[in-house]
Amino acid sequence: MSSPSAVRPAPLDVSKVRADFPVLRQTSHGRPLVYLDSANTAQKPQAVIDAERRVYEEYYANVHRGVYEISARAEQAFEGAREKLRRFLNARERREVVLTRGTTEGINLVASCLVRGGRLKAGDEVLISGLEHHSNIVPWQLACEQSGARLRVAPIDDAGQIRMDELERLLSERTRIVAVGHVSNALGTVNPVAEIVRLAHARGALALVDGAQGAPHLPVDVQALDCDFYAFSGHKMYGPSGTGALYGKAALLESLPPFMGGGDMILSVTFEKTTYNEIPYKFEAGTPNIAGVIALGAAVDYLTALGLPSVAAWEHELLEYATARLQELPGLRIVGTAREKAGVISFVLDGIHPHDIGTVLDYEGVAVRTGHHCAQPVMDRFGVPATARASLALYNTREDIGALARGILKVQEMFK
Amino acid sequence: MSDLRELYQEVILDHSKKPRNLREMTDASSQAQGYNPLCGDRATVYVRLEGDVVEDVSFVGQGCSISTASASIMTEVLRGKTVAEAEALFERFHALVTASPDQAGKAAEDPALGKLAVFAGVCEFPVRVKCASLAWHTLKQALEAPGSAPVSTE
Repeated sequence: MSSPSAVRPAPLDVSKVRADFPVLRQTSHGRPLVYLDSANTAQKPQAVIDAERRVYEEYYANVHRGVYEISARAEQAFEGAREKLRRFLNARERREVVLTRGTTEGINLVASCLVRGGRLKAGDEVLISGLEHHSNIVPWQLACEQSGARLRVAPIDDAGQIRMDELERLLSERTRIVAVGHVSNALGTVNPVAEIVRLAHARGALALVDGAQGAPHLPVDVQALDCDFYAFSGHKMYGPSGTGALYGKAALLESLPPFMGGGDMILSVTFEKTTYNEIPYKFEAGTPNIAGVIALGAAVDYLTALGLPSVAAWEHELLEYATARLQELPGLRIVGTAREKAGVISFVLDGIHPHDIGTVLDYEGVAVRTGHHCAQPVMDRFGVPATARASLALYNTREDIGALARGILKVQEMFK
Repeated sequence: MSDLRELYQEVILDHSKKPRNLREMTDASSQAQGYNPLCGDRATVYVRLEGDVVEDVSFVGQGCSISTASASIMTEVLRGKTVAEAEALFERFHALVTASPDQAGKAAEDPALGKLAVFAGVCEFPVRVKCASLAWHTLKQALEAPGSAPVSTE
């Protein structure tokens, strides 16, 4: 997934980028806000905020229905956003992009439709990994409960990497789908998803990639990946919360039953028979988050203009800097030391609970997440109830890392 | 740091580092488990009653400094109290940690709180209220419905 090493992406002008994010001008507890929780949710650039506000101020109307001017304009902008997402993912066709409320809905859609479409039955297996977020575990547990299929889990090693030998061993002719994260939200591990997709297909299984942490940080090419589904959220890629998309191969989406029933997903309805709309609308019942989707399109424009390779290169540089800085601190242990990582550092401090770390850091103006990161099996694997997690985004700086390191020393001072 | 010191009082830090009555109890008359899914904190609270009086109370578990100190101090203040007194104390403690910040000073003056008054700073930190009350919720469960499913702060 990385860009060819021969071509160095243009460096990111981080101070210019920071000026695009109004929230970063805020103070917290009287100090400049240091936001290190972007894997949880990312802040929004002015262009996204403006795009959403402009919809409501200038042309808000429902899509796919109106015959009047502003409705046509809203429709055009809404479908324009879908086209931007198609290009962002390098999907073949626009109809392969299903708009959702986020990654969770995308995965639930696939899991639920596979069961109702008879593609997942008793005796079948679903394969995930020990690195997954709850949203790539629980939908499959529900699907298995409903269908009688069995959930298998490929374990991870001490560095927080999927054991590929185990994954291969667990793949069988019973496996119907392999569902793995592109990047682990808890540890930052970048999984070899192209290889996992290849292995799944070789066994005749489908492959879904949970791209919640991938899409904002790495260039994504669904054709090169050859995955059958790629689900991601708008709010982690600088767009509004409650937006997201599910990429699915057209033939596959066509073969699945609808997800929810309602308006927009039908061609005709009588009490005797309802004809479903074509893809992607078959999966988009009800009035969507119109302004949000349009603003998500603005987020895609923003990221595309900066260039994902440049973003990824900056975040990687910062990750290496932060890892080195934090490793110098006595009593600090980084959880998750995979060879391939994206901008997440999960850590624990000797004798200090992550919740206390979070509270003291907050007083230093540093926002990190503490807890199990919706990945309790990962915490169990490393024998910790929780970690503190600093996660990086394109607007973070070395100064932010410095503030984090100084904050950690204050934590240790308080609890020494 | 001054506001932080109101949360992390010396007494609280001391109890979090050296929790009192941190032990299993083999002759407990009742026990219950508590869980705070937000931070993964777990506590088991054991109580031995003689008639209506708390003869002994102890806990085991893992948690942040606030939840550990709260459990530790709770075990100290409850010994010798009747069940009704223990429940009344929980009410007062709960009122203290959930007070609106401008009422906190007044709430902390309640003489019945005794040592528990050190938790007055918690109300300034809404996300930490669950940490402070986990042991107490678990105690209540042990007294009212021992042996039932773990009590959750959510």
